[in-house]
Amino acid sequence: MSQLLEVTDLRKEYPLQSGMLSAVMGARRVVHAVNGVSFALEEGGSLGLAGESGCGKTTTAKLILRLLRPSGGSIRFAGRDVAGLEGLDLLAYRRQVQFVFQNPYEALNPRFTILRSLLEPLIIHDIGRSLTERVERVAMALDRVHLTPVETFFPKYPHQLSGGQLQRVVIARALLVDPLLLVADEPVSMLDVSIRAGVLNLMRDLSRERKLTTIYISHDLALIRYMCSVAAVMYLGTICEIGPTAEVIEHPRHPYTQALVSAVPDPDPAQPRRPVEIADTVPTPFQLPVGCPFADRCPQVMEVCRRVRPALLPEAAGVHVACHLYPAGTREAH
Amino acid sequence: MSGSERAAALPQWTRAAATWRDALLVTWAVARRDRFALAGLIIYAVLLAVALAAPALAPYNPLDLNYRPDGDVAANEAPSLSHWLGTTNLGRDVFSQVLFGTRVALVVGFVAAFGVVVLGTLVGLVAGYYSGWVDTILMRLADVAFGIPFLPMAIVLVAFLGPSIWNTVLVMTLLLWRDTGRVIRAQVLSLRTRSYVEAARVLGASHVRTMFVHIAPNVLPLSFLYGSLAVGWAILTEASISFLGFGDPNVISWGFMLQDAYNSQAMARHAFYWFVPPGLCIMLAVMAGFFIGRGYEELLFPRLRRR
Amino acid sequence: MPLLEIENLTVQYHTLHGAVQAVRGVTLSIERGRALGLVGESGCGKTTLARALINVLARNAAITGGAVRFDGVDLLQLSGGALNDYRWRRIGLVPQAAMDSLDPVYRVGDQLVETMRLRGGLTPAQARERAARLFALVGLEPTRLRLYPHELSGGMKQRVVIAMALALQPKLVIADEPVTALDVIVQHQVLRTMRELQETLSLSLLLITHDISVVADLCDDVAVMYAGRIVETGSVREVFAAPQHPYTMGLRNAFPSLRASSARLVPIEGYPPDLASPPNGCAFAPRCPFAVQRCWGDDPVLMPTGGGRLAACHRAMEADVLRIQAPQAFARLEATGSQAVEGGAPGGGIP
Repeated sequence: MSQLLEVTDLRKEYPLQSGMLSAVMGARRVVHAVNGVSFALEEGGSLGLAGESGCGKTTTAKLILRLLRPSGGSIRFAGRDVAGLEGLDLLAYRRQVQFVFQNPYEALNPRFTILRSLLEPLIIHDIGRSLTERVERVAMALDRVHLTPVETFFPKYPHQLSGGQLQRVVIARALLVDPLLLVADEPVSMLDVSIRAGVLNLMRDLSRERKLTTIYISHDLALIRYMCSVAAVMYLGTICEIGPTAEVIEHPRHPYTQALVSAVPDPDPAQPRRPVEIADTVPTPFQLPVGCPFADRCPQVMEVCRRVRPALLPEAAGVHVACHLYPAGTREAH
Repeated sequence: MSGSERAAALPQWTRAAATWRDALLVTWAVARRDRFALAGLIIYAVLLAVALAAPALAPYNPLDLNYRPDGDVAANEAPSLSHWLGTTNLGRDVFSQVLFGTRVALVVGFVAAFGVVVLGTLVGLVAGYYSGWVDTILMRLADVAFGIPFLPMAIVLVAFLGPSIWNTVLVMTLLLWRDTGRVIRAQVLSLRTRSYVEAARVLGASHVRTMFVHIAPNVLPLSFLYGSLAVGWAILTEASISFLGFGDPNVISWGFMLQDAYNSQAMARHAFYWFVPPGLCIMLAVMAGFFIGRGYEELLFPRLRRR
Repeated sequence: MPLLEIENLTVQYHTLHGAVQAVRGVTLSIERGRALGLVGESGCGKTTLARALINVLARNAAITGGAVRFDGVDLLQLSGGALNDYRWRRIGLVPQAAMDSLDPVYRVGDQLVETMRLRGGLTPAQARERAARLFALVGLEPTRLRLYPHELSGGMKQRVVIAMALALQPKLVIADEPVTALDVIVQHQVLRTMRELQETLSLSLLLITHDISVVADLCDDVAVMYAGRIVETGSVREVFAAPQHPYTMGLRNAFPSLRASSARLVPIEGYPPDLASPPNGCAFAPRCPFAVQRCWGDDPVLMPTGGGRLAACHRAMEADVLRIQAPQAFARLEATGSQAVEGGAPGGGIP
């Protein structure tokens, strides 16, 4: 199967803004925001990146979008290394990869009308021969996201629209350039509960219609279950478990995934819960433990966990897991 | 509605000129909610009208010597019907000089303010957007500009380049951009992290396009604020330079009038009619600039309004 | 008698665009020793309601009517000093973004002790002893009393704030989105602790949240708020099993569930009304698939529907039938779009 996106051992480090003390001590500390992430995404696939704030999921997205450059590892899109793209190649790449932002209230230029904001991608990529044709494309894009009658939205400024409407405009803008890959970072977390379903359905329908490859980033496992066929759970810059969404959520293998799944409240009060207790300490990403990043909080920690960092290895049912509880002997042969 | 009909209705939604219309609308909004800002606008409007109509309004050429009927130079005359504000020690009409001084003040004020805004905004945009070493170099330059004692440096430069109002304007632009540059840079640093700026990058906008199409319109109100403050500063500085005798001797400015009056001991002779009007005009013009600036500031930073 | 009775409470904000009615006649009671979850979308007035209860409203907001009785005493009639007394000794507050309410330059233990000395009149020795007990109660080792806020994780800080709310042994704790800034796992742990404390200390708890799942998980009773009104109340089990207001019915299918299969979500089309000019009829009518002529002109009041439950809907008596139709009915609205809903209003806007 052809892989549209291949991420291999991706790393991003930030030098820590050194205070006076560390300047004197000469210690150069770095934050490991993304620390060896690998995954592949086939054309038309949908991947969910789950994890808590600070786990590196948004940084991973920004690296894929080339808003940041990786410190190590590679991102290959349709066989080409993304990090090396410049000039026209980069422009072509930008047309193929689009982004839906977390905060729709900030994602549109406040001084642009909706029409002006939506013309921008057409101007940049020189799509459409005349202004008339471009406006026609914008009208179609607004129609696709169910903002009708489209003319009433043309002269509006972002502050005149609601969050749900703004997020639809952002989606329309992303789709105007006919991208192959769409990345969405917490696309509904800023929206009200009654509005969320509409936006999620819209994104699901549009990506199925246009056979888009999608990456959803969310702390909400339920959202990922609804939107994605593959789920990856991230912890402190690494993927600790990845596999078919239903399998990851129904039979979580990594102790962190187990804790995460059990912590999600269920809207059905009749459902019994079996909470997994884990310690409430998050090691900051600049003093990463030598062994497993989760060792300090893990209820099933073993001696080996503090010494050796577990690799992400195939387990069963298509799931890969990075945990010493699943020793290689019991794994399927690969 | 067809595509062409839609396109026909476009201009008002697509033009970048909307920014300028916005600026005017904001100015109007400022004036409506703030009496001081309105007063400032009215003062400028009157000064502008006077400056434009000075040749028609002035009863005499401000540089001409006037004579009494008996043939003597009409020097040091007190206000009268023929010379409303009296005459100078060379027999020049003070009223006409005040009127023509308006032209110099406004030209210096507005051209210098324009230069300050353009230079400061450019430096701020570039420094804030690129950050890194570009930012470091530009901001160290700003530090240097801050370290230079303003008036002495202005005098030295004007003396070096030759006394003309254009050199005065140039010097002020080169020295006053620092405040605007710093503030715009800080604003750009915060705007740069907004999603819509990232969105422009994701859509493939070049750095130049991101800076000028996406960020610049959002810092312009702040530029206008610093511009309106710069008008007052520039008028004051020009007056100071002229008063100290480094101005263009062939141009009648309010500062030049004050110097003229001072040198001919007008103060000792209590010739208030000679030095009070230009002084009052300088004060009014500078004050008007600050009034408008203050109104802008309150609109931009509403928290200041609460005591 | 319930511990807290809110009767027909109205709160208005004065803005540049005129008066905004954030809370429009809320009647609600909190029973002794029970946890009530108040759910609603942002802007529905739930935070304003909580702030009105202890009269710490924003400067441009004012209570324009109604009563708030705590143990029979009308809090709105109390003077500043007496209200302050109630606020600290009988009603504990865990505010939104509570983690930031700790002063970064003092040790957390000292802040806790100071609260008890100033507000509760305890001697320093008593206060220190109680602080240690409170820390143990909220699941923190008493050694952490000596730490500064930045030395604690977000969840620990939240526990400190809960300890502060409990310091003077209140009977009621109001928690406004107490865990939104925390990570999922820590959220869950902090909420568990709150629930356990509420049970062991037999406190009453008013938990305000936008997350219906949190209420399902932690509360005994639920009140659903929409556009400044309570639209439905009852025990959590009953309301979630058999909602009687179309808004609550709509919410049930409006967000994905972790455990259920991925059946298509059904959104509630449209947007909440602008409370600067609230509609004449039912505020939910423009988004409701079951709205009839009467709903547009006549605003339903909260009426008993049997079994201690209340609902504000003209068609509450048909709820059992409507509930079955709800998924399809809301889905039809999604397919036709919100425009059709407005068109569906008889005569557009009926006076």
